Amino acid sequence: MKKYKWLIPTLYIVFLMLPIYWLINMSFKTTTEIINTYSLWPQKFTTENYVKIFTDSTWYMGYVNSITYTVFNTILSVAAALPAAYAFSRYKFLGDKHLFFWLLTNRMAPPAVFALPFFQFYSSVNLFDTHIAVALSHCLFNIPLAVWILEGFMSAVPKELDETAYVDGYSFGRFFFKIFVPTIAAGIGITMFFCFMFSWVELLLAKTLTATAAKPIAATMTRTASTSGYELGLLAAAGTLTIIPGAIVIYFVKNYIAKGFAMGRV
Amino acid sequence: MAKVTLKNLSHSYLEKQNNNADWALRDISIDWKDSGAYALLGPSGCGKTTLLNIVSGLLKPTKGNVLFDDKDVTTLNPVERDIAQIFQFPVIYDTMSVYDNLAFPLKNRGLSDGEIASKVKEIAEMLELTSTLKNRASGLTADGKQKISLGRGLVRSDVNVIMFDEPLTVIDPHLKWVLRSKLKELHQKINRTMIYVTHDQTEALTFADQVVVMHEGQIVQTGTPVELFEKPKHTFVGHFIGSPGMNILPCEIKNGEVNFGGQKISSHNAIKKSNFSKTQIGIRPEFINFSKEGIPVKIKRVSNTGRHKIIDTECTGGNIKILSNASTEIPSGSTHVTFNKKFTYIYGDNWIIE
Amino acid sequence: MNKTINQKAWLFVIPVFVLVAFNAAIPLMTVVNYSFQETFGNNVFAWEGTRWFKQILLSERFHAALGRQIAFTFIILLIQIPLGIGIALTMPKKGWGVPVCLILMSMPLLIPWNVVGAMWNIFALPDIGFLGYTLNAIGFDYNFTQQPGDAWFTTILMDVWHWTSLVVLLSYAGLNSIQPAYYQAAEIDGASRWAIFRYIELPKMKKVLTLAILLRFMDSFMIYTEPFVLTGGGPGNTTAFLSIDLVKMALGQFDLGPAAAMSLIYFFIVLLVCWVFYNLMMKNEARS
Repeated sequence: MKKYKWLIPTLYIVFLMLPIYWLINMSFKTTTEIINTYSLWPQKFTTENYVKIFTDSTWYMGYVNSITYTVFNTILSVAAALPAAYAFSRYKFLGDKHLFFWLLTNRMAPPAVFALPFFQFYSSVNLFDTHIAVALSHCLFNIPLAVWILEGFMSAVPKELDETAYVDGYSFGRFFFKIFVPTIAAGIGITMFFCFMFSWVELLLAKTLTATAAKPIAATMTRTASTSGYELGLLAAAGTLTIIPGAIVIYFVKNYIAKGFAMGRV
Repeated sequence: MAKVTLKNLSHSYLEKQNNNADWALRDISIDWKDSGAYALLGPSGCGKTTLLNIVSGLLKPTKGNVLFDDKDVTTLNPVERDIAQIFQFPVIYDTMSVYDNLAFPLKNRGLSDGEIASKVKEIAEMLELTSTLKNRASGLTADGKQKISLGRGLVRSDVNVIMFDEPLTVIDPHLKWVLRSKLKELHQKINRTMIYVTHDQTEALTFADQVVVMHEGQIVQTGTPVELFEKPKHTFVGHFIGSPGMNILPCEIKNGEVNFGGQKISSHNAIKKSNFSKTQIGIRPEFINFSKEGIPVKIKRVSNTGRHKIIDTECTGGNIKILSNASTEIPSGSTHVTFNKKFTYIYGDNWIIE
Repeated sequence: MNKTINQKAWLFVIPVFVLVAFNAAIPLMTVVNYSFQETFGNNVFAWEGTRWFKQILLSERFHAALGRQIAFTFIILLIQIPLGIGIALTMPKKGWGVPVCLILMSMPLLIPWNVVGAMWNIFALPDIGFLGYTLNAIGFDYNFTQQPGDAWFTTILMDVWHWTSLVVLLSYAGLNSIQPAYYQAAEIDGASRWAIFRYIELPKMKKVLTLAILLRFMDSFMIYTEPFVLTGGGPGNTTAFLSIDLVKMALGQFDLGPAAAMSLIYFFIVLLVCWVFYNLMMKNEARS
């Protein structure tokens, strides 16, 4: 029984990789080949689809847009969540518990509920179709998450660390950035990973709040599929490319994933 | 209830061993008699927990054999060896009641409900857990939880050896001695072989009839608490046991005489000629007296612990610690000290010369 | 940790409060506002009281969507939680296998949701997709764009593919935090493999599993993009879950009032379930 234990994770990984392989397989085929023949690997190998994406600005700007608002949102969420998480982990104040719970309820709000009001609201403040609008709207679910994870990490740091620093004559600002932030660096890394992840994969709000100038790559794909018929090869290539930023991020945080899950609350 | 014999045990956590440092244990041989109370004493990292896990069967030794009553059990697992072990921090099954925790090892061995109930009741009474039997085990305090882990070892009547791996680490200081005397009392009552691992000399010396002192993966001395105190066979034992530890002073051997800081020292063990790379005198602070003549010393500091005074002194050969009664008058400035010959030993390359 | 009372801590919380309030409170007020009114376009509104709420709560369309949603969430929880625990239990604990497993298993989590939908679309199409082609080749009459049963099967399989790894990662982290002494003690007590799981591993994983169930409940209950891209809610309305139905109503038919009322009911259900579940788990915790 123990001997065949490796079979279960292996089979699971094969199951995970199959659709991804199929997507990559398609991305190296011409659309004609995809529609007319069924084959496990490209018969006429072509990189045409990728060339198209990297030369057509409506395509590659989609990536630039997605990465722009995702990075902006990650920085914004973590920067705002850091002091708040510190306050929740160290102090009692009027309404702290209610505030914390209210923050978490926003993680539970279905984006579909907010799609239309967001559209009207961001239009009325002239932010429609900007990266800022998307980055701000993603704060709705990323800030509660960031506060929650960071609070978990910060609570694990003994309060004596703060007190020792004050006794040693550190000002609050110097203590916070020189001592406290480096202490929970792993936690910040994990938080950024999750913010990046949820902002990168979200589409409903990103699509609702953009038209052309800030349109995410994922939305570009949807429109191609519906308007210009089935350009499947191109769609597959674009999809394959959206996997890459995620893969890079995972590679960098691989050592923290298990540890971070265990230490923090996520 | 068994005699435990370890034959030439060596263990390494590495696949390949290049030098002594790669071995966690080196060539350990011990005979532990049936129903004895033994302690394994040594600092962290000396290999005592490794040795314990080999005896319990959680680890397979790289070399050597483990014998219970002359039967080789080296390849058997813990269940087949019928042993019990109590760990550093209390291991309890959180979701079970105290009763179910105590009954768990018996249930796993397929005993009938009636047998289980009477056995658990007996052990619970012995450990004073009767009133909490119905409570959730996770609600108990650290010492209560540690009693449960102990109880799980005691309920089984077939246990060959009960092993303790620093079981008092997480217990409050004022409860430590309560639990420790409870252990001693239990040992007398149930008469089983017990092996107690610790880095705390007080725990080891009060619990055990025989103490095994370990240092860097090797046994440096086995003996009764008195032997370890009065005649350490290795400078490490002298230094590690006792508070403060033994004074270890460099000396020279000339013409069959021991010379320390220009003074001739008479010692319990004699030495004619030295083939060692270094020779040392070992003398416990308890066995040094002030006198009019002898080794000239300068008093540096006197600390009073209430019952004793610890005096730090300085002389040409090195620093000497002296322990005396709190009521003793301490001369100030320069004075002389003499060593009690009966407890003065000469060590060659850290081992006693015999 | 005992915290000190300090009202100035509010200053630290202000950025978060402003950002989230800006994003949550104002749109939520808009929704509440709509839910009590009828719109005639051009910003002309009429007060409707609780009419929309009554209408939605009594409508068969809402009941059907809610029913489908509950069934979907229930099924995926039933599959993902045990499967995730099982995979975490069999994962390697050290060596080169650990990073390989972690990286490959995290992959689905970082793919944009509509790409997940699109990927599964071309993977499951009966003529050109690996899954669809294979199923038909071995004798199943499979076509998820035509047959409701197949559409459900595909949607569930896609969600299992997409999210089981989250449960795996959480369970794996929970398992890794168990001290080796627990396993050693169990070995000495002669516990069976099942007893080790039941009395050591499961209790120690309780916290992370609570979290996994909560997250999976919330996210599956709010699912929109993946099934929208995969099936578009079809065939017919058979895979139109709550979000899909809601967006259809709000953007497609521009029925703002009923859509807003439905949004609030929807949000309320998610909150209520999370609150009840969380309290049940915590009550359990307090008792022990």
